Amino acid sequence: MRLPRFEYFAPKSLPEALTLLEEKTDGVHVMAGGTDMMVKMSHGRLTPKTIVNIKEIPDLRYIRFSPDKGLEIGSTALLSDVLKDSYINAYYPALIQAVQTMANTEVRNMATLAGNLCNAAPSADSAPPLMVMGAQISLLSAKGERRLPLMDFFKGPGITVKAPTEIMTAIHVPSPQSNSGASYKRISARCGVDIAAVGSGAWVKIEANKFTGARIVLGAVAPVPLRAVETEAALIGAPFHDETVINAARIASNEAKPISDVRATAHYRKRMVEVMTKRAIFEACERSHARQS
Amino acid sequence: MKHNIKFRVNGDDYSLAVEPWRTLNEMLREDLNLTGTKLGCGTGDCGACTVLVDGKAVSSCLTLAVSVDGKSVMTVEGLAESGEKLHPIQESFIKTGAIQCGFCTSGMEMAAYNLLSVNPSPTEQEIRKELAGHLCRCTGYNQIVEAISVAAEEMKNLRPEEEKS
Repeated sequence: MRLPRFEYFAPKSLPEALTLLEEKTDGVHVMAGGTDMMVKMSHGRLTPKTIVNIKEIPDLRYIRFSPDKGLEIGSTALLSDVLKDSYINAYYPALIQAVQTMANTEVRNMATLAGNLCNAAPSADSAPPLMVMGAQISLLSAKGERRLPLMDFFKGPGITVKAPTEIMTAIHVPSPQSNSGASYKRISARCGVDIAAVGSGAWVKIEANKFTGARIVLGAVAPVPLRAVETEAALIGAPFHDETVINAARIASNEAKPISDVRATAHYRKRMVEVMTKRAIFEACERSHARQS
Repeated sequence: MKHNIKFRVNGDDYSLAVEPWRTLNEMLREDLNLTGTKLGCGTGDCGACTVLVDGKAVSSCLTLAVSVDGKSVMTVEGLAESGEKLHPIQESFIKTGAIQCGFCTSGMEMAAYNLLSVNPSPTEQEIRKELAGHLCRCTGYNQIVEAISVAAEEMKNLRPEEEKS
């Protein structure tokens, strides 16, 4: 259970951190909360030569909201910071639903939202709600900054488009549109402190009793958080009534490509995708009605 | 290469040279001999290693010792300030029979301390939710929940009159 050996740096500024990442290219890892990295390291699944801890960089821990720019979450904002934030509680309930089911108090006091994304577990609870709400991420390196949709970030289990020399500096979520709503539903063997067996994030926009927009992302049923494009297509343009939603949830079940593992069988996961997606869409619909223009 | 770090534990200042791959749990138990903090799962699931860093409950098994440089740590040994008279949380754990084998106790007590510092009068549901990340293999959960309720009452009675509302 002992950790492997590594070099350690805790830079106090972003430029200092970026320089370090350029210099130590071989086996360098950025660490924020470390709650996933420490477990992987003690199990021998991760052996970094150098760790750059970005938690001592003061200007990365923030959560900001403005109606025109939307929500911006700095990369060392803790999961417990997210849960306490009044703007996120008021305008982004789907994100709260995801974060409050993650881990326990102790881990939420250490772990970061950006870290949950960079760890790139297919079951990452924060990914589906952020993806359906149209989140973007900022990646910064000594060569400059790029901003891309979170939809394009994940490449496989534990694999993302982020280069080792890059730091995820922020997560951006657009302001909630009128007549739109989002929700996240998940199921696991235990109600808390457990990894999701299935997660489903839904975002809908309903105007004149028709779905004019829909995004559905499924967690833990594919190598990456999976965008259910056929499910979205079944919703967009369709009239808003129960049958549309029930039919879409059935399509989501077919779109899911789960495996069997210790947490659930593939068969069970497919069945639960239908249930979770149905519940998520219905709740997103309710929230969209609450935000009618 | 060892890093020289300065930090505070239970009010005492320490200066120590630690290897970067040493966890806070290892440093507390092996270098400082503060063995009240336990190591259970080592993966942040069981809560036995809970300590407070700068006033926030964290898992010491998932914390690098070097990362507490300049910070203040509180362990179960810091609950009884004088080193003799027990904290009301510890007293209530004894009184209600919340301690069986004792391995989860220090983590449970630190979680209780953390909870009561932000929420002095938690409901039973709130206590249960907070303890979701703490495992007791003797499964004496009911007594632990009761102990925390009793401690909350005791601590309210100990506070000066004017603070009560």
